Amino acid sequence: MNTQYDVIVVGGGPAGSMTARYAAEGGASVLMLEKDREIGMPVRCAEGISEKALGTLVEIRERWIAQVIHRARLVAPDGTAVDSNTEGAGFILHRKLFDADLAAMASEAGADVLTKAYVHGLLTEDGIVTGVRYRHLGREHRVSSNVVVGADGVESRVGRWAGMDTRTTPEDMETCVQMTLTNISIDPDCLVFYFGRHIAPGGYVWIFPKGIRTANVGLGISGLYSRSKKPLAYLQEFVDKMFPKAAVLCTVAGGVPSMPPMRDIVRDGLMLVGDAAHQSNPMSGGGIANAMIAGRIAGKVAAVAVREGDVSSKKLSAYTREWHRTEGKNNERFYRIKKAVYSFSDEDLNRTARMLMEMPEEERTVVQVFKKALYKHPKLVIEAVKALR
Amino acid sequence: MSISIDHERCDFCGTCVAVCPVDAIELSESFLRIDEDTCSLCYACVEICPLGILEVQE
Repeated sequence: MNTQYDVIVVGGGPAGSMTARYAAEGGASVLMLEKDREIGMPVRCAEGISEKALGTLVEIRERWIAQVIHRARLVAPDGTAVDSNTEGAGFILHRKLFDADLAAMASEAGADVLTKAYVHGLLTEDGIVTGVRYRHLGREHRVSSNVVVGADGVESRVGRWAGMDTRTTPEDMETCVQMTLTNISIDPDCLVFYFGRHIAPGGYVWIFPKGIRTANVGLGISGLYSRSKKPLAYLQEFVDKMFPKAAVLCTVAGGVPSMPPMRDIVRDGLMLVGDAAHQSNPMSGGGIANAMIAGRIAGKVAAVAVREGDVSSKKLSAYTREWHRTEGKNNERFYRIKKAVYSFSDEDLNRTARMLMEMPEEERTVVQVFKKALYKHPKLVIEAVKALR
Repeated sequence: MSISIDHERCDFCGTCVAVCPVDAIELSESFLRIDEDTCSLCYACVEICPLGILEVQE
């Protein structure tokens, strides 16, 4: 392990591994530090991604895919279940294997990877970030770099240490619990979503199959509602009612920042990617593809910046611009749509479901779902069409 | 007043860290600590915790 790198990536999730890989492929020396004992664990994720999104980012490997998805079901508070076919296939991944392979790709590109390495501070010179301090197996280390990339997830502190405001407001935090259940009866190729104030206020329940009799069953609620009743209590009620005989293979908690995109994700010698930069889709909470897209851009930009000897925020802001153009703009739209949708009453949701039921099943596309749900908000329908294009 | 942590039930998910307005919470792989000197006792962490393992101590 060297004491000097061109680029240090803090965090070994999809955002970190993609950043490390593309920075290394661009010729930079790269160190990626992961605080946990194993890349890919624990899996704080529903693990869903579309084939189309994944295919544009990486060559898809069979071993990542737990389940192929072709259908989706939306269940309104009154129980009305609206079925539709998904446009293109979806995958439920084995994130443990997926994340490990992304880290391996970074390593193959030349990056050094270290687990159980807990970054607890930045090195700075005249206010400019020049490296990190980390603990590894009980020993303190300092390692310097030209660029530090904070890919340290929802709990990110790298940006804060550099004076950036990366706090998630409670109202825009989806506070989540998920159980991986087995010995349950499900449609293995169908995603199921439940909506309603009493089921998941300011959020939804998901059932994402991982095989014939196994699924990730979880929910998120807005932090506006988590004071009096906790996500764990909501989920326990749902599971007791729907899957009373299930065996629980795993229970994980987690938070998804569902914020408007951050305008400011770079500093001199510093970049933020993934949940650390609030890049998950604020409507769905989906974040794997977004994190990977951001990591790919950030890694390339960091490599060029290092090569040209200019790691100023001005130089690194090429990443900010490219991110905003490709995904950030859509996240702005999804944020506005989320605000409208999560203010719906149960009766609004029931009415939307009834309208969708009047359509033939093959016409129930995602765009149509938004059109029916947002019929009182014609401007947001246009936003939805643009965002989904 | 302070905030207590039920270390046996904590999942170390970091949701509390993200909403803390004063960056008073430290999280490593299996360690969570609230710095009492920094904490402003706003209780955002108590309210956001998915599992309810943080509690206000009078």
